[in-house]
Amino acid sequence: MLKRMGGEVDTTGAMVPIKNADFPAPFKSELEYSCSARGTWNIVHTGFLVPEAHEIFACAAGCLRGVVLTAAEMNAQDRFSTIEIRENNVLEGDMEDLLIEGVTDILQKLPYKPRAVLLYTSCIHHFIGCDLPLCYARLRERFLDIDFTDCYMNPIMRKSGLTPDQLMRRGLYALLKQRDIDKNRINIIGNNIATDKDSELIRMLEQAGYTITEIHDCHNYDAYQQMASAAFNICYNPVGKAGGEALEKRLGQKLLYLPLSYQPAEILAAYEKMTKALGMEMPDLSAETDALTAALRHAKEVIGETPITIDYTATMRPLSLARALLEHGFNVTALYIDSFSGEEKGDLAWLQAHFPELPVYATVQVKMRVLPRETCEKTLAIGQKAAYFTGTPYFVNIVECGGYYGFSGFCKLLALMEDAFLHEKDTRKLIQIKGLGCGCV
Amino acid sequence: MRQTARIISTYTADVSGVNSALFELGGMTVMHDASGCNSTYNTHDEPRWYDHDSLVFLSGISEMEAIMGDDEKLISDIVSAAEQLKPRFIAVAGTPIPMMIGTDFKAVASVVEKRTGIPAFGFATNGMHTYVEGASMALAGIADRFVTEKMLKTQDISVNLLGVTPLDFSVNGSAAHLRTVLEKYGIMTVSNWAMGDDLDTLMQASSAHVNLVVSDAGMGAAKVLRERFGIPYVIGRPYGNWTATLVNSIRKAAETGEDQVPQVAREWASAVIIGEGISAVSLANALTSETGRAFRAIAATETERVVLGASDRIARDEDELLPLLNGAEIVIADPLYQPICPKDAHFIRLPHEGFSGRIFRDEIPDMTEDISYITRQLA
Repeated sequence: MLKRMGGEVDTTGAMVPIKNADFPAPFKSELEYSCSARGTWNIVHTGFLVPEAHEIFACAAGCLRGVVLTAAEMNAQDRFSTIEIRENNVLEGDMEDLLIEGVTDILQKLPYKPRAVLLYTSCIHHFIGCDLPLCYARLRERFLDIDFTDCYMNPIMRKSGLTPDQLMRRGLYALLKQRDIDKNRINIIGNNIATDKDSELIRMLEQAGYTITEIHDCHNYDAYQQMASAAFNICYNPVGKAGGEALEKRLGQKLLYLPLSYQPAEILAAYEKMTKALGMEMPDLSAETDALTAALRHAKEVIGETPITIDYTATMRPLSLARALLEHGFNVTALYIDSFSGEEKGDLAWLQAHFPELPVYATVQVKMRVLPRETCEKTLAIGQKAAYFTGTPYFVNIVECGGYYGFSGFCKLLALMEDAFLHEKDTRKLIQIKGLGCGCV
Repeated sequence: MRQTARIISTYTADVSGVNSALFELGGMTVMHDASGCNSTYNTHDEPRWYDHDSLVFLSGISEMEAIMGDDEKLISDIVSAAEQLKPRFIAVAGTPIPMMIGTDFKAVASVVEKRTGIPAFGFATNGMHTYVEGASMALAGIADRFVTEKMLKTQDISVNLLGVTPLDFSVNGSAAHLRTVLEKYGIMTVSNWAMGDDLDTLMQASSAHVNLVVSDAGMGAAKVLRERFGIPYVIGRPYGNWTATLVNSIRKAAETGEDQVPQVAREWASAVIIGEGISAVSLANALTSETGRAFRAIAATETERVVLGASDRIARDEDELLPLLNGAEIVIADPLYQPICPKDAHFIRLPHEGFSGRIFRDEIPDMTEDISYITRQLA
């Protein structure tokens, strides 16, 4: 029968006190374990944000499996097709033919005509030197009324250049076509999860007369194309920044990069940068800062000294969040992070100076497969991986900050922490659902 | 144009088949892949992942390691993990890029074994075949390496069940039920390859009289055990009353030492079953013999011709499947096949973990003893 493996495994190599954590990689690159938390989005989920688009993946069966079933779990098979690469294609080098004829075959069989096709090529195309520009040129000649864009499922490139996730978020906006700029329109880009509409970010801009659009607001392809008229793109997600830079270069839309933060001074600095760039007057945000102070106090009263663990999937700024919570007396006891982003360098230094023994755990290190996943006292986890590794039913079930930005966003996160502290969740069931918030079942 | 799927799913790949077959045996399996195979496997292909800490990992090969042919990184990472976790054996399985750069998995395994002293296997999977091939390769490897001693046969007629993974048997009790159903017919089970029995139990396999190959994943091990110990095999999956026919074949194989592939005479029929080869053919035999109506099977995974009856076919993609479904009045298949089936056909949902993963897991029936799940829908 099945037996628990591992026995006397210690945490060496899987955990490091933050004082000893190197930037940006605190752990050795070795074999990788993948835990059961599945709430983060993948390139299939993200691609489906483009309305009226059809996704076509061309790769080996083993690589198709995960993406096909992602689409099936979203009940979106009708917007999804595949081309299977086999050994003979690699040996015969007919990759261009397979791609061009495969896409043609699929489009001719589809019962509807998509406005756009997101064509995902794979590591094999990269290594075999497939002439992708030729393929796209042929397809555009054959299907004049369909827009094609290049997307990638080539994880072998994840350690060199832009990651597949960055490429995907850039690809989301690659279909936008140049049009006249409307100085009253602003996009928020780069997010899988839509920004909370209650955010003061949106309120300030709308009060100043701007129309704010995120891709999630676009219910058809024409509405999506209207995003090309925005004068500015605001991005607060580090992995979305490359997309903003590409749009600035290609469409002349100015990028305002205002990274997410849980530090009031940084939030204010971001808004000052924004208002200056837009020529707006900086509004009085004292009500928002006061509300945050009150929310922190209230959450602390409710949660008290309960140990809190945080993982990197819950927010793009886990160190900033840990720092903010520790500064306000919360008992943060562990972080689950495999690498640190550039935006977190200052927070890392602060934590190293003030809480040097705070443990940082890898989530992919092989020992994490067998180390005990339980805690002896009630623990509040922020994020699915933190919940999984601590075995707690008390967790905040969000990914990518949940769309909560700025002062109001932090207040809402604190409210979610209180709720999670007070109400148990079915961790096993919830964390295994793919792409939290994308409609997967 | 072949190799396209407008809408249907794809079967679990060979590399996941290796993982699935070895999952309960106490080893450590490493997928030599950049990323993706691990989450695909443990999300869609492995229902035991959450509860059981089997050691299945990913190498995380990078672009530069692939270009430079840096096998040393892979080897040293495996050795390091093995030293930390002390598995019973180590298996390394490949994916598309290692195939393209010509990774020599047997050589990698040999070096790993030399450095760790732990038995190691290299499986040249490439993500371009179905789980059947990978699982078959893995179980054959176990048979070859660990079933080395010729043991006394059990007193009563006995079998090893070869090719049992959740990809074909899910986690609904079917795997354990195989043993109890055969017991009712007086057939003992020495070992189940590989759900419910550990490596030590599998090492007793030579004491069985016959190998019962219940899915194509068991074919490789069956051939190894036949060659090494002369154990004959019977091909077929127990389904309802069809099990009695299988049991007769088991007795005949034990008596004669000859392999058996029992079949019911089935003509070309408008009732079609799509699925893993041995499962689909066995179900076609079972339904034909119980209902008197002919059924034919479409094997959508790799299978040996000997498994198929005269009216059965192999089809791997939509272009191959569609002509075989023309005129079908009844189709029994995974729900993800329904979009390409004739609209007026009576579609009977038979979810298959190897095709639709976890999506319809709760619907997967255990038909080992009773196929009324299907027959009542035919009425």
